[in-house]
Amino acid sequence: MSPHLRDAAGAATLAAAGLAAFWLFPEDLGLLTRIAATALYVLSLDLVLGYCGVATLGQAALFGTGAYAAGIAAVHLVAEPMVLLLIGGVAGGLIALATGALILRAHGLALLMLTIAVTQMAHEVANKARWITGGSDGLSGIAPDPVLGLFRFDLYGRTSYLFALAVLVVGLLVAQRIVRSPFGLACRGVREDPLRVAALGGSPRRYLIGMYTISGVFAGVAGALTAVSTGIVGLDSLGFSWSAEALVMLVLGGAGRLYGAIIGTVAFMAIHHILAATDPFHWMLFIGLFLMGVVLFAPGGIAAAAERALERAAGWLRRAGARA
Amino acid sequence: MQTVLGIAIDGVAYGMILFIISVGLSVTLGLMRVVNLAHGAFAMVGGYLASFAAQRLGLPFEAAAAGAILLTVVLALPLERLLYRRIYGSANELAQVLLTIGLTFVVVAGINYLFGPTLKRIPLPGYLEGVVELGPKAIPTHRAFVIAVGMAAIAGLWWLLERTDFGVKLRAAVDDPAMAAALGIRTERLYAATFALGVGLAALGGILGAELLPLEPYYAIRYIVLFLAVVAVGGAGSVFGSAGAALALGIVDTAGKYLIPDFGEFFFYAAMILILFRWPNGFFRRRTA
Repeated sequence: MSPHLRDAAGAATLAAAGLAAFWLFPEDLGLLTRIAATALYVLSLDLVLGYCGVATLGQAALFGTGAYAAGIAAVHLVAEPMVLLLIGGVAGGLIALATGALILRAHGLALLMLTIAVTQMAHEVANKARWITGGSDGLSGIAPDPVLGLFRFDLYGRTSYLFALAVLVVGLLVAQRIVRSPFGLACRGVREDPLRVAALGGSPRRYLIGMYTISGVFAGVAGALTAVSTGIVGLDSLGFSWSAEALVMLVLGGAGRLYGAIIGTVAFMAIHHILAATDPFHWMLFIGLFLMGVVLFAPGGIAAAAERALERAAGWLRRAGARA
Repeated sequence: MQTVLGIAIDGVAYGMILFIISVGLSVTLGLMRVVNLAHGAFAMVGGYLASFAAQRLGLPFEAAAAGAILLTVVLALPLERLLYRRIYGSANELAQVLLTIGLTFVVVAGINYLFGPTLKRIPLPGYLEGVVELGPKAIPTHRAFVIAVGMAAIAGLWWLLERTDFGVKLRAAVDDPAMAAALGIRTERLYAATFALGVGLAALGGILGAELLPLEPYYAIRYIVLFLAVVAVGGAGSVFGSAGAALALGIVDTAGKYLIPDFGEFFFYAAMILILFRWPNGFFRRRTA
């Protein structure tokens, strides 16, 4: 199968699975909507972490900026959902471009601390600018128009979910094109060996900032999508733990594979939904042990483990066929 | 004048606590190249054990503190063997962050299971309550005690690193682990000893700082950014860098809380961004281990 065909098949599978979930769990559309928007957010982290090797704990700064930009625009200016997504994406991209130049000079601990510090500052600004963001009460009163003027956001969250799923599928298709493009390949080169990329005449930092900005656009759209589909934006969308959770979801699924981001998000949020309902500390114990297990025993996450299992099964089938 | 003195004393005491907890993190980062996000969990465990020993078992403060520090080290050493040794080295940054976040979550859940979600106190002995007269100004005895212990820790670490065989080996291993191993230094033992020292200091800081950084299950997550900030600004592997950074951050943070309570945190992080932007390896350049 050619790579492009495989990409199309992947996106089609996602759309089919999403629609199946729509029919199977009509009571849980709120959760499913959040999963779809979060998957796009984790996908944005995969672009920087999986394809550029930049370990960041500041992805929430990009997500939250997009969410607040779209939310504030929705309250004061426009109500057209597509325009709101665009506003979120532009805001996320701009903040990524501005802070990326600052952050991506550093490595290791300094880089981690810079990403944390940027997120904390954004959090503090949103907290203090109460007159426009609502502060710790959150921003509410987002009432978007019908999607494309046709589909009204209904009480049961059907439109919200289908809208979020459509945006996620389109986001996956675009991300697939980006990582397969010459630019995406150059970014992978930077991850493997920045010195060599520089020796070949490329500018590692420029590639990194480029990809960070693209990731900011994705994260901003994901934030805007959350704002539009849930109707509120909270301070926790700019929190340190939201950044850390994105990292956990991505690694759970498998970084460096776009579908790994989606699998990880679905697994994480589904388990969270079940366990955290009883006691948040049970959830922490479980996810903590799970994380340690993934790092020690399954470094590629669920996606790599599944690939290995598939390969083994295919090899077994081949051997069985040869014997027969 | 009163405010300035208050800021100075509270800030220095706070900075000393930050130093005692963070110096272990700094040395393990400099030596083993591990970003250990679970370091705050060790401080928390030390504090909880001391609180348990003092309140439930009725031990005197000194015995409770000593027992808690020892027990924390004993509990943490197998972790070095089983978990940390697999992720040493700067190539494993992401694995380090994830493994130690996972460990932190497990410790938080465990502490909550064993001790419950309420705030825990460590009762101070009689001689640490009250105030000491220092010229015209009276200082709370606890603050003075914390400052004295912090100074003793700095002096002790200086002596250990500059004047002992252990210190020579440690500095050699920080500068070039492969070369140190080739020269016959048992780096594995050195790593374990350094890890134990760092954990013990963290536990001590958790106990002494319980008045300033209150003990609750989310302690390990809430304050780790603070400890990491000390290390990032101080420069990994530098004891005096950590001391300088901890005191500076302690005073800046305290002054911010006294003078501009609304935007204190904002300026704290803005200052950190500026410092890290200009000096990515830490403001206090690494000279000694």
